[in-house]
Amino acid sequence: MHDKTITELAAGLRTKEFSSVELTRYYLDRITRYDKQLNSYVTVCADQALQQAQAADQAIAAGDAVSLTGIPLAQKDIFCTDGVKTSCGSRMLDNFIAPYDAGVVARCNGAGMVMLGKTNMDEFAMGSSNETSYYGSVHNPWDPDAVPGGSSGGSAAAVAARLAPVATGTDTGGSIRQPASLCGITGLKPTYGRVSRYGMIAFASSLDQGGVMARTAEDASLLLNIIAGFDERDSTSAEQPVPDYRTTLEESLAGLKIGLPKEYFAEGLDAGVARVIDSAVDEYRKLGAQVKEISLPNTSLAVPTYYVIAPAECSSNLSRFDGVRFGYRCDNPVDLEDLYKRSRGEGFGAEVKRRIMIGTYALSAGYYDAYYLKAQRLRHLISDDFAKAFEEVDVIMGPTSPTVAFNLGEKSSDPVSMYLSDIYTIAVNLAGLPGMSIPVGFVDQRPVGLQIIGNYFGEARLLNVAHRFQQVTDWHARTPQLKG
Amino acid sequence: MEWEAVIGLEIHAQLATKSKIFSGAATAYGAEPNTQACAVDLGLPGVLPVLNREVVRMACAFGLAVDAEIGRRSVFARKNYFYPDLPKGYQISQYELPIVGKGKLLIELEDGTAKTIGVTRAHLEEDAGKSLHEDFHGMTGIDLNRAGTPLLEIVSEPELRSAKEAVAYMKKIRSLVRYLEICDGNMQEGSFRCDANVSVRPKGEEKLGTRAEIKNINSFRFVERAINFEIERQTRLLEGGGTVVQETRLYDSAKGETRSMRSKEEAMDYRYFPDPDLLPLHVDDAWLEAIRTTLPELPDAKKERFMFEYGLTVYDAAVLTSSRELADFYEAVEKSSGGETKLAANWVTGDFAAALNKDNLEIGACPVNAAMLGGLIQRIADNTISGKIAKQVFEAMWEGEGDADTIIEKKGLKQITDIGAIEQVIDEVLAANPEQLGQYRAGKEKLLGFFVGQVMKVTRGKANPTQLNKLLKKKLNS
Repeated sequence: MHDKTITELAAGLRTKEFSSVELTRYYLDRITRYDKQLNSYVTVCADQALQQAQAADQAIAAGDAVSLTGIPLAQKDIFCTDGVKTSCGSRMLDNFIAPYDAGVVARCNGAGMVMLGKTNMDEFAMGSSNETSYYGSVHNPWDPDAVPGGSSGGSAAAVAARLAPVATGTDTGGSIRQPASLCGITGLKPTYGRVSRYGMIAFASSLDQGGVMARTAEDASLLLNIIAGFDERDSTSAEQPVPDYRTTLEESLAGLKIGLPKEYFAEGLDAGVARVIDSAVDEYRKLGAQVKEISLPNTSLAVPTYYVIAPAECSSNLSRFDGVRFGYRCDNPVDLEDLYKRSRGEGFGAEVKRRIMIGTYALSAGYYDAYYLKAQRLRHLISDDFAKAFEEVDVIMGPTSPTVAFNLGEKSSDPVSMYLSDIYTIAVNLAGLPGMSIPVGFVDQRPVGLQIIGNYFGEARLLNVAHRFQQVTDWHARTPQLKG
Repeated sequence: MEWEAVIGLEIHAQLATKSKIFSGAATAYGAEPNTQACAVDLGLPGVLPVLNREVVRMACAFGLAVDAEIGRRSVFARKNYFYPDLPKGYQISQYELPIVGKGKLLIELEDGTAKTIGVTRAHLEEDAGKSLHEDFHGMTGIDLNRAGTPLLEIVSEPELRSAKEAVAYMKKIRSLVRYLEICDGNMQEGSFRCDANVSVRPKGEEKLGTRAEIKNINSFRFVERAINFEIERQTRLLEGGGTVVQETRLYDSAKGETRSMRSKEEAMDYRYFPDPDLLPLHVDDAWLEAIRTTLPELPDAKKERFMFEYGLTVYDAAVLTSSRELADFYEAVEKSSGGETKLAANWVTGDFAAALNKDNLEIGACPVNAAMLGGLIQRIADNTISGKIAKQVFEAMWEGEGDADTIIEKKGLKQITDIGAIEQVIDEVLAANPEQLGQYRAGKEKLLGFFVGQVMKVTRGKANPTQLNKLLKKKLNS
């Protein structure tokens, strides 16, 4: 059952092969059995999930079901869920129960989906290994010594281990694509503005984007159909029509122009990963695509630009966590200053504090022009690189991450080497473009992901490109062996 | 040495919208603490601001009214600082690109001259909540009802030269926002308040002196006192060879003095940057033109029209157009008086205004409406009553005894205009005062007033004064 895609599961529900309650129980049992070692969930909502499943079964019986009614999913713990703890992977919000659903959560609930629980993540989505979570590291289902990637490491591990058929994630600098790559699943970060940020706890508002983590491109298209769309509660949400992403999945790739940025295959890329990516590109040639080398000359500026803009925004976004109205408050504050200092000092972890300090510095009087303003200018240059590239090609491909999953603890004491693991994904966020990662092979028994970058609102094309590959390969169907 | 004060004002006008600037919560004043604060106002995780369109319309209306450039593209920025009543840890404001750019405003000075004051800019921002320090036993209570209330901060050029000018400017802005119906101007409730930047320099000197900013003054009287106190303090300092330090000061209305709150060195670094949750705000020509067509006649234009159309003096026209309500009332009185423009002006700015003031009433809630006052003025104009008797009638009207005609009838206040009747009283008075008559005729002409008084006493003020004067002179001189 757990090897079925949500397309197959939805068919099974409709033909009454099994009920949503049975399906939900099945997944809850798997979570109980396997998640002790993976730690992919922060909260499991068994009772609520079974109630939702029951309601879904009634809807199916009454003929009121829509595409994913009764399909279980996991929500990244960054999305606010009415009545269920939303921790954002932080001690700061360990006691926080939101009084509302995020836009994404409301849409999933509205579509009759069943929320199995909330997945683990790097604290406030700041991290590339899921090691900054207050709730402990998540283990990569392919190798318990390896990280799952981050920050949506819990969602990636849960989907890879089949502890959820599908999950949501968020991506600020690669937080959907990089863990998808490291866990061997399909992840899609949509165009900035495609999915509502309402109720999604902000890390860096101009970069954050919610998306999907699934086993296949087809599954991703089904979930994206549900979560994409305008939300009047988010001023940066796009008032663009949402196509049915399923309808274009099968389109031919003959004549598809693929650009390979030479900067993505330069120094720093693991040789084994490079070989796997090359053979994936060859597969596309067989599907009729034309491949050419392109250049994104400002690629090397992406990481430094990102590490000014994202911390600057986060330093301000995280000011609301002050111990006054919600979240963690220190014991017996002697005065206001003490309340702030200790609540924030004790409530936030090291990586979050590091970024708040970097961001505060970058926005300070006298440094603003040199850092923040300059970073904004570089951001335009980076976007222009992509705009020029898309005059020549339809999609851009390359590795999602320079290496396969590294070991737990390997990079946690070296922030810069950790930051460099997002070197290929960050520019996409700076430009606001959609990007995917799909599994295309292994190095040392650890998965390798191919990144596919599309033009603005080109999600349908990306899914089509990914789907056709998955029709002729089976990397996406490989399943890790779990110890129960 | 002669010193000159340089003053600039930052006025905070609370925009009279039903809901907040970035959320749907109500803005009504005086509700139970924290009952008008939604998730967005509380700054809960994940919530996002959505700009209230009406706020933008109001800011544009103000900009048009002060002849300002409207920022076709303005940007909301975050002003970052920690305070318990600032839920997000930053205030959403506008910094580099405000919605209203340079404009100007004409103010009338006491000597009757007018002066143009530059408006530097006006920008939109959200208000913070309130910290309540009493009744919480060593703790602080936070009321976030006010958090997210829309404010228009109107910044003047440092072109005001005295406390009186500053007050005149502030009054003019208040009148303008009330005309535009974008702010109720209620200073007690804090919907209209200001910060004053004050410095002094030797007269004739170009360079500005070091300024002090006096925060949050909420009455015209306090503005005048605080500025005067500050001018005097700084002048004394400089004359004594000292220097003024740049600082923020608070006005203590009980003690009538300003005192230091924080110096420039302690000033916060607000780390302004564009708010990534809000897109740049674009105002297009068509919308701006649509707003322009809905603007009411503004105080200056109305004043000009009152002078031209009703032949009023600058002073009367200025007083009558100081608020839209008063101007409308005047025009209604003038109409129902049958075109007695000057009398109507005198009555509205005189007895009527005094009565309102005495009973602390608004025009809409007072016992004398425009038709009643117009009716009274008609009776003065057609000589049914004298101006003096009219005051009596007005008082009775104010007490709710009916309209002018009813009161005149009931109290028998109709003026005596019958020449025979007046002559008869004059004869009686002259006969009763032979001594004064002799003195008058011997050349003591100021005794005329004495005889007028005696006749009025007998007629209980009802003799027509013009006729009485004429007849009396004729008799005395015969």
